[in-house]
Amino acid sequence: MNPATPRVVSPIEDRPAKASSSHLRRDEQGKSLGNPAHDDAARRSSLAALAASMVPPPPPAWRRVLARVSRLWLVVAFIVAWQLISMYGSRINPQLEVMMPPPSAVVSAATDLAARGVLLTHILDSLKRVLLAVGAATLLGVPLGLAMGWSPRFRSVVDPVLEFIRPIPPLAWIPLSILWFGIGDLQIVYIIFLAAFFPVVLNSLAGARDVDTYLVRAGLCLGARPRELFVTVVLPAALPHVFTGMRIGLGIGWMALVAGELVAAPSGLGYMINNARTLFRSDYILLGMVLIGALGLVLDYLMRQAARFAMPWHRGQ
Amino acid sequence: MSAMQVDVANVSKVHFSMKGEPLLALLDVNLQVEKNEFFSIVGPSGCGKTTLLNLIAGFERPTRGRITVDGQAISAPGWQRAVVFQEYALFPWYTVVQNIRYGLRRKRVPEAEQKRLVDHYVGLVGLRGFESRYPRELSGGMRQRVSIARALAVNPAILLMDEPFASLDIQTREYMQDELLKIWEREPKTVIFVTHSIDEAIKLSDRIAIMAPRPGRVEEIQSVMFSRPRDPTDPAVVRLIAEVKRWLRQQVFGAEAGDTGDRPARETA
Repeated sequence: MNPATPRVVSPIEDRPAKASSSHLRRDEQGKSLGNPAHDDAARRSSLAALAASMVPPPPPAWRRVLARVSRLWLVVAFIVAWQLISMYGSRINPQLEVMMPPPSAVVSAATDLAARGVLLTHILDSLKRVLLAVGAATLLGVPLGLAMGWSPRFRSVVDPVLEFIRPIPPLAWIPLSILWFGIGDLQIVYIIFLAAFFPVVLNSLAGARDVDTYLVRAGLCLGARPRELFVTVVLPAALPHVFTGMRIGLGIGWMALVAGELVAAPSGLGYMINNARTLFRSDYILLGMVLIGALGLVLDYLMRQAARFAMPWHRGQ
Repeated sequence: MSAMQVDVANVSKVHFSMKGEPLLALLDVNLQVEKNEFFSIVGPSGCGKTTLLNLIAGFERPTRGRITVDGQAISAPGWQRAVVFQEYALFPWYTVVQNIRYGLRRKRVPEAEQKRLVDHYVGLVGLRGFESRYPRELSGGMRQRVSIARALAVNPAILLMDEPFASLDIQTREYMQDELLKIWEREPKTVIFVTHSIDEAIKLSDRIAIMAPRPGRVEEIQSVMFSRPRDPTDPAVVRLIAEVKRWLRQQVFGAEAGDTGDRPARETA
């Protein structure tokens, strides 16, 4: 179907041509505009078709893709500048070759490591740890935060404990967590969990605390019991904040992952960077950093898409 | 007079300011509302009319005195006293149909009956074709119609309306007033209607409680005897509106603000 050529008669044409000058005549015919009670389905759909005929057709898909890609010029310029500076700079100062390898070296490092089959293992190990930890932080943090936001009494009991633990940086937990869990996945997951947990809790808390009083009252005067009120009003009202908390948690968790893997890990992107440092392979170091940035971007994008899907009423806000 | 349904007896309410100072929001309010009566509460802002409605709804408790409905003291909000709020208070995450069905689900009305009732009220408030829209896709007037349909759908004994048309434009407001009267005549129920508009109260109500501020109190109960639909240009209606306005102005701004200080005809109880 082409929206540009609707096969509908204009909805205005079914009104007698001359009568439209007098709104009294129009009223006699029961066609007063703006009164939806007098609207009928056919008229509405023809109005919708008229609206569609007025907007220009969307550009073809390849043009939209091109438009989006062309907005990445700054990224491209950055990469080109980096390449040129490292290439020509190393002629002046040979140390630059090691200190700042060009993007081409990073790419060849990637193909090199991928061919040996290590790169994917590092990526997947890191992803697995982050997703496990953020999943756990969500599972525990969202209910805790919502409960704290909803019940001031519960909040006043839990808050002091939470606010005591929160300022302790996740990195400070590393020595103790190695004693508890040894070196391995569980220890790193624990560090990421600590980092992601607080943003999730605090945002969920704010969401549940700031629910519009009138919506709560509306629910109550329509017969909602406390549990129903929580599920039908508090939870959906807090959902945008919950998603914000999860996004922040994921971002901070991703940062903590690398820190955790730098100190003690048998694998992962952080390990890869640290290992490359001892080998003096700055191209591997940069590759690790680039991958961490790119994967963080992808994860955040996926999270935003999930939020869009979960909150259709919230789109475009 | 027939049996009183809502009885507000010697009710006072103390609110607290930001600084924690106690403020007398309501002082010794007494009023009774009959079954199926259209009862309005008017007064300038700050006179406690919304507080009074919140007390009747059960959102707040009186500091002194008691409020009973059919002899029962109000302990909590419930669907028997559904509220229509000034800012609609529609659930943004529910569509028009889901909003209207909300109370029916809470009441555990059978599924088929829910469908029938929702369909009935969608038609009654003229929202056919908009069933699956979200509230923020609707105009103010349409949102308020959803809100009214949502409250009516649970078939409350008493419909509480808190300045429901205050944020609508004049044309929409007048249209909504007419629609509300039509609905009320078709499906009689007690309506307690808070407004700051005397014209609106006189157009709609059987009786009007006129409140004054500092402290919030009911000064007069005015009966409106004219038959409906009421013509706002009818000299008798015009005279009553002018009288109430003048008297209220005097109450709020002092004796020199009202011309003669005529009191509106007092209700003979």
